[in-house]
Parts: sequence; structure tokens; C-alpha cells
Amino acid sequence: MWFEQVLFFVAGIGALAGALGVVMLGNPFYSVLALVGHLIALAVLFLLLHAEFLAAAQVVVYAGAVMVLYVFVVAYIGGSDEPLRTEGGALNAFGPLFAAAIGVELCIAFVATGLEAVDTRGGGVGPGFGSPGQIGALLLQRFLVPFEAASYLLLIAAVGAVVLARRRRGLEDEGAPPGPRGEPSTETVEVRV
Amino acid sequence: MPVAWFLVLSAFIFSIGAAGVMTRRNPLVILLCLELMLNAGNLALVAFARMHGGEAGQVFALIVMVIAACEVVIGLGIIVAMYRNQLPIDVDEMSELRG
Amino acid sequence: MSATSYGWLILVFPAVGMLVVSLGWRVLPGRTAGWIASAAILGSFLAALGALGQLDERAHVDSAWTYVATADLRADLAILVDPLSVFMCLVVSGVSFLIHVYSVAYMGGDHGYARYFAYLNYFVFSMLLLVLAANFVLLIVGWAFVGAASYLLISFWYRRATATHAGIKAFVINVIGDVGLVVAAFLLLSETGALDYAGVFAGAEEAFARNDGTLVAACLLILVGAFAKSAQLPLHTWLPDAMEGPTPVSALIHAATMVTAGVYLIARTHPLFELAPTAADVSAIIGTATLVFAATVAVTVTDLKRVIAYSTISQIGYMVLGVSVAAYGAGLFHLMTHAFFKALLFMGAGSVIGAMAGIQDLDRMGGFRRAMPFTYVTFVVGALALSGFPLMSGFFSKDEILAFTINRGGGYVVLAVFGYLAAGLTAFYAFRMVFRTFWGEPVPEARELEGGHVAHGEPVNPLTGEPEDTDVGFPGPEHHVAERSWPMKAAMGTLAVLAVIGGVVGIPGVTDTLEHFLEPTFEDSRYIDAVPTEEAELLGLGVGGVIGILGIAAAFGVYVRRPGTAARVRERFAGVHRFLVNKWYFDELFDALFVRPFAAAGGFGRRVIETDFVQGAIVGGATGLVRAGTSFARAIQTGYVRAYALLLLIGMGGLGLYFLIAAS
Repeated sequence: MWFEQVLFFVAGIGALAGALGVVMLGNPFYSVLALVGHLIALAVLFLLLHAEFLAAAQVVVYAGAVMVLYVFVVAYIGGSDEPLRTEGGALNAFGPLFAAAIGVELCIAFVATGLEAVDTRGGGVGPGFGSPGQIGALLLQRFLVPFEAASYLLLIAAVGAVVLARRRRGLEDEGAPPGPRGEPSTETVEVRV
Repeated sequence: MPVAWFLVLSAFIFSIGAAGVMTRRNPLVILLCLELMLNAGNLALVAFARMHGGEAGQVFALIVMVIAACEVVIGLGIIVAMYRNQLPIDVDEMSELRG
Repeated sequence: MSATSYGWLILVFPAVGMLVVSLGWRVLPGRTAGWIASAAILGSFLAALGALGQLDERAHVDSAWTYVATADLRADLAILVDPLSVFMCLVVSGVSFLIHVYSVAYMGGDHGYARYFAYLNYFVFSMLLLVLAANFVLLIVGWAFVGAASYLLISFWYRRATATHAGIKAFVINVIGDVGLVVAAFLLLSETGALDYAGVFAGAEEAFARNDGTLVAACLLILVGAFAKSAQLPLHTWLPDAMEGPTPVSALIHAATMVTAGVYLIARTHPLFELAPTAADVSAIIGTATLVFAATVAVTVTDLKRVIAYSTISQIGYMVLGVSVAAYGAGLFHLMTHAFFKALLFMGAGSVIGAMAGIQDLDRMGGFRRAMPFTYVTFVVGALALSGFPLMSGFFSKDEILAFTINRGGGYVVLAVFGYLAAGLTAFYAFRMVFRTFWGEPVPEARELEGGHVAHGEPVNPLTGEPEDTDVGFPGPEHHVAERSWPMKAAMGTLAVLAVIGGVVGIPGVTDTLEHFLEPTFEDSRYIDAVPTEEAELLGLGVGGVIGILGIAAAFGVYVRRPGTAARVRERFAGVHRFLVNKWYFDELFDALFVRPFAAAGGFGRRVIETDFVQGAIVGGATGLVRAGTSFARAIQTGYVRAYALLLLIGMGGLGLYFLIAAS
């Protein structure tokens, strides 16, 4: 028991630290790394909740594949340090304030309403709870439609990525090296899909 | 530990992600904060699954992960297109859709 | 053939003539259009003679088509052939035929020759329709057609601005009359439930008490219509201006036929007027006032045609007075004789104006006696008839009206006295015209004519002096005088004979052909026996004759014996002269009373209501409102992703709050 609680706190603090790092670190690369840490902490939390398959998927798919994609893009673009106190002052002040308000509201919603079971540890769970077998069975029986829809979504995303990545034909300065400049490009952009 | 703790943690992570979305100017970082919010949602789902004793929450957390992956693909594709067109990687500059 | 078949034939001839001339105008050479039109009217006259032969005691009604046949209302396209309508048809078609013949020569060389005859035939058709109508519906149709024909013919020379203005003025005043007549028909329909004459007159006996308010109102509205058409006070201002039209048009429409439509109407609806004596008295008073007014103005006006126009207004005042005091036979008798001599006078005036190359100003005329003998003789005959010279037709008809009026007694005697006074003035101004035009030193145009050829000047507008050309829309280049064209001679000669012997049908004590003839129509009159005694009539005739001769003598003295008298009197009484020459300032009065307020209202409508209110407030307000609303919505669309994210989260937080509160 105490082991679980210690683990919970460690993982919780790691998750929060990662989240704060994402938001507050200037260099986007560091933000990506912070997110990776956050994801791993979250995987530990999943394990605590008897969601083994999900924890594994989190680490392998999310932290392993999606974050790698992020890293590639950051490397391509080249993240520069961005000053945190930028213009857009009103938004800067309101943003965290409002987020805090939402956090408080969510806490109240979770804890202070009439859900009594929240205070317990949850009911007893069977032996295969959270195992790939059971998840797979659910995916293919009860949740077949969401499963198929999700695969469609993946297909569309893949097509979209290909379209977005295509080079447009008929632009003169295709040889010019791409890079961020301060002003928007001066030639008209035609996106021919 | 009571399920409530997990839920409160999820709420914190969600609000941190929201603050990030509203505060940061780099679209990459905004996407990362979006991931934060999605993960917070995942955590809440799984916690409720544990509470109810059914695995529906976990299955949906899986689906949410799939959706997050798709959205990341497109988002990063847009950012790469922005970069390729030599536009500044700054959401405050991308304000052509104003009324 | 039955009477009503002749009746339809009377209508068909001019309609066919109009169609033939108007559709075939390109292929009809020279004066053929004129002869075709004249033949059509001759056919109509012969058909009217046929109907005359078929007449008997009762009124024949024939319906060709039913407009409406419901339980409450029945309206047909029906004609009524009875003594009154046949009489009117004979007068109208006979005089129209002579005027058509006159026009064949007079309008020669005009570029709108065929158009003129098409319009003229259309006018005769409408007038006959009006006269033959058996119900108020067809009457109003004919009424409106006649107004349209008058407009078309007054503005015949349409490129003359004065002519088109005159045409519009005539039409507007006519429409006022039309409205009155239509509303009167509605009132009668609502009270009696019928639209045909027989039904209305029978129903009026039952539905109305004597002098009932609604009946008086209806009769007054009928009077509005009648006075607008017959140019009585105060709706008379269009007739002098209508002299802008060609002279035969003035002869036909504004002397012999259209302006008598009002008199016909009052005679036709006499049961209603006898049932509402108030309206009849109003009519008599206005008739008298008109005849005095017009006679005074005619003494001073200097345009030849306008003198004759005011004379027409005055003489129709006599006719209106006649039919208002229930002297129907006398009034219609005067209508007939007036048609003869007034048309004759206009024709003579047309001949003189032709000799003057289009000038109509009396001040520039003089001494045509030797140059135009035929015109001179016929014109004098017409003037004698107009003055009521003993044994002429006008003598018998005019003085019979006044005799009847005196016989009614009471206040009517006053009206009769005014009538005699105006008769004196009539004789005076009639011979003023004669002496100023034909006597005295011959003017240059007269000398030219004596020399053998008609004068030709630059074509100008006779009223304003503006130069014109002679293409279509203006008078043609030729000028015609009666001495040189036999159609004009034939028409004028016929009318002169009729003006002399026309009195034969109504000599009191000797013949009363006309009275007898019209009796079947008027036998339901209450005043059928209110006939003056023979002695009274002869006395009236005597007085009238003496007054006529005195008037002629006065004119002779002023214009021939002592030529400067007129100028001296004019200087002595300059104010009076100015008042009379300006037609008692009626035009200016109407301008101030009606035209300016309407124009101001129109301007107000355009400026304030249309521009400021509708365009500004309503249209501008609506768009402004939309624009303001959308500009607010536009302010939210900043284009900043982060702002949108903030809004999203605010919304989400709001929703959560709502559910939280709802659940607790």
C-alpha cells in the first residue's frame, strides 16, 4: 500500500513537472523533452490503475512514435529561444488566470459532487483487467465502430499529411532555401491541391 | 489511493495545458500543450474505468491516443508548410482570417 | 330593321371608319382618308334617320353583351333608342358629317391628315356611344372615351408646347368630372340597386324621399361631371385653352357635340333632378352665373377663336339653365340650333385664320368684307343667329328658355333677367367680331387676298409668337379659305341654311314639332304642364328680339360709327377691363388654390418622405442596423488563434459551471 502511494506521488510530481516544463520552457526542444518525461510518468500512473496495456501503448506509441515525430519537426524547423514575456499582454495575463479557474472548477466537479465512489479505491477487478486480451476483445466486440472509425481517421490523416507535404508546382524560387524570416513571403501563395 | 487523487491530478494537468495554449506563441509548443490536455483526459478516463470496474474507459483512452496521433500529424504538417513558405512560426502573425 | 338595329349601325359606322383610316393610313393617297371618314359619318347619319323612322312611343333597349349578371347587380353593354337619344344622334352625326367635309379641305397638306380623321371618327363614335348608352356603365365608358378623344385632338399639333399643355389641362379637368360621375353612379347603385336608366329612375322614386341627402349628393356629383364636360363654372378653364386644336376640332368638339354632353346628361337624368330640386336649383344658378361670366369676358378677349369659345361657354350656360328649370324641349332645341350656328361661326373663323396665314389676333384683322364675301355672309348669318335676331333659329330657342324660366316664377325671374342681360352682351360681342374682322380698313393679308392669292407668313405659334416648322406635329404649310375650296363652301352653306331655318321646328304657337317629338322621354316630368302661355312666350320673344337688335346697334356704334370708342372705354375702365381680359383671374385662382399646394406637397413628398424618410430612415436604418450588428461580430474575429482558444475555454468553463450548478 505505502509503496503504491509513494509511487503515486513520485509519478504525479513527475507528471506535473513535465507539464510545467512544457509550458514554461523557452526552447521548444526542451518542451518536447519535458513532454516525453510527462508521458512516462503518466504511463506509471496507468500501471497504478491496472491499465497495463494502455501503459505499454503510451510508452511505445505516444512517447516512442509521436514524440519522435515532434523531435524530427523541431530539428527541421529549428526552435529558437522564445521570450516568454511577449506582446499580447492581455492574453498573457488572462490565460493562466483562466486556466486556474478551469482547474478549480474541474476539481470541484470531480470531488465535491455526488460521486461517492470517487472516494474509494474502486471495486475489485478481475485478473485479466487491463490486459491486451480483454482490451482487444472489447475493441472487436463492443467498440467495433469506434475502432473502425479510428482507423479511417488514421487513413485521412495520412492522406492529409501527404497533401500538406507536397511541393507546389510552378513557383520560381524553389531553389531558395526555406527558413523563417521575419516577414511573410512577398509572393502570392497559390496552393493547388 | 482513492480515485479522486487521480482525477485531481488530471484536472491540474488539464489546466496547465490550457494555460500553455493561451500563453505560448510558438505553434509547436501550442500543439504540445494540446497533447497535455489530451493526456489529462486519458488519465481521467482510465481512473473512471478503474472506478467502475469496466474497461470501456481504457478502450476509449486508446482511441483518444489514436486521435491525438492524427491531429499531431496534421498539425505538424501545417507547421512544416508554414516553414517551407518562409512564414514566421508565430501564431500571432497568422491572423489573416480576421473579420 | 328594328330601331335598336339601326342604333347598333349608328355605332358601327364610325368605328369601322376609324379602323380603316388608322390601319391603312400609309396606303390612302391624298384626301382619301378624309372622304372615307366623312362617308362613315354619313352612314351613321343615315342610320340615325332610319332609327327615327322606326321610333314609336316606347324606349327600345337592346343588349349586346352582359358584363355582370349577379343577384344584386346587372350591367349590360346595352343601347337605348328613344326620342332623346335619336335626336342627339341626328344632331351629332349631322353636324359631324358637315365638319368632316369641311376638314377634308381645311386640313389638306397637314402631315397628320389621316391621324386627324382617325381621331375625329373615334370622337364621333365615343359621342354616339355616350348618347346611346342605356346604363351608367356604358355612359361612363363613352364619357371617358370622349375625354380621351378631346385630349388627342386638342394636342393634335403635339410639337407645340402650348397645345400639349392645353390638352393636359382639358384632360385633368375632365377626369375630375369623370370621378364625380363614377361616384354618383356608385351612390345610385348602392341606393337603388340598379345601373340602367329605367331601373335607377324607377328605384329612385321608391328609395328617396324628396330632396333626400344622398340623392342630392348624387345629383351634385352628376353635375360635377356635367360641368366638367360642358365647361361651366368653375370647371370651365380648359375650354378657351382648347382652342389650341385645329379649328374644325373646336367646331365639332367644343361647340356642337362634346360640350353638350353635360346638357344631355342632365336631361337624361331629369327624374333624379326633379326629385332633388336643390340640385336642380344649384344647376340653374351655376348655369346663369356661367352665362353672365362668359359673356362679359367675351366682350374683351382679342383672340378670335377664344371669343367664340367664351360664347360657347355662355350659350351652354343657357342650355344648362333650360334643362335645370325643366324646360327640356327648349334646352335641347337650343342645343340643336347652337350646334348649327356655333359650328358655322367656327368654320368662318377657320376660313379667316387661313386667310391670315395662321394669325388669330383680332387686333390684326380687318376689312375682309370684299376679299372673302362668302365667308362674310355665312359669318354674319351665324352671328345673327347667335344674337337672337328675330326669325333666326337662335331667336326661337334662346328666348323660349328664358320664357320658361320666367314662368317658373319666384327666384327664377332673377335668373331670367340675367339671361336677358347676357343676351344683350351676346349680341354685342358677336357683332364686335363681325365688325372688327370684316369691316374697316383692309389689312395687308386682305389686300393680298383681293389681289388673288392667300397670304403666307413664317409659321409661328399664334399665341406666343414662337417660330415653328410645318412638319408633322405642327400645322401644315397650306392655308385654306372657303372661297377657294368647295368642301368648305358646301359645309358652311348647309349650316348657314340650317341656322336660318332651324327655328322652324319650335315656333311657339305655330309648330311644336320638337316638343312633341321629345315628349315620350319627358312625359314623366312633374313640370310637363308648366308650359308658359302663348302670350307669355310671344312677349318673351319680343323682348329678346329687341335686346338682340339693341346689342347689334351698340356694337355698330362702338366699332363702326365711332372707331375710337372702344379704346376710350378701355382706358376709362382700365381695372374692369383688366379683370375681364384675365378671365376673372380664374386660372390664377386655381393655380394658387390647387396647383401650388399640390406641387408643394409633391416636392415635400419627394424631399422629406422619399429621400429623408424612406431612403434615409427605413432603408438606411435597416442597413445601418445590420452593419452595426455585424461590426460587433467582426470585432470578435481577431484572427488570433490564442484569442479563439481563450474564447473556447471560456465557453467550456461556462458550460461546466452550468452543469455543476444544475447538478447541485
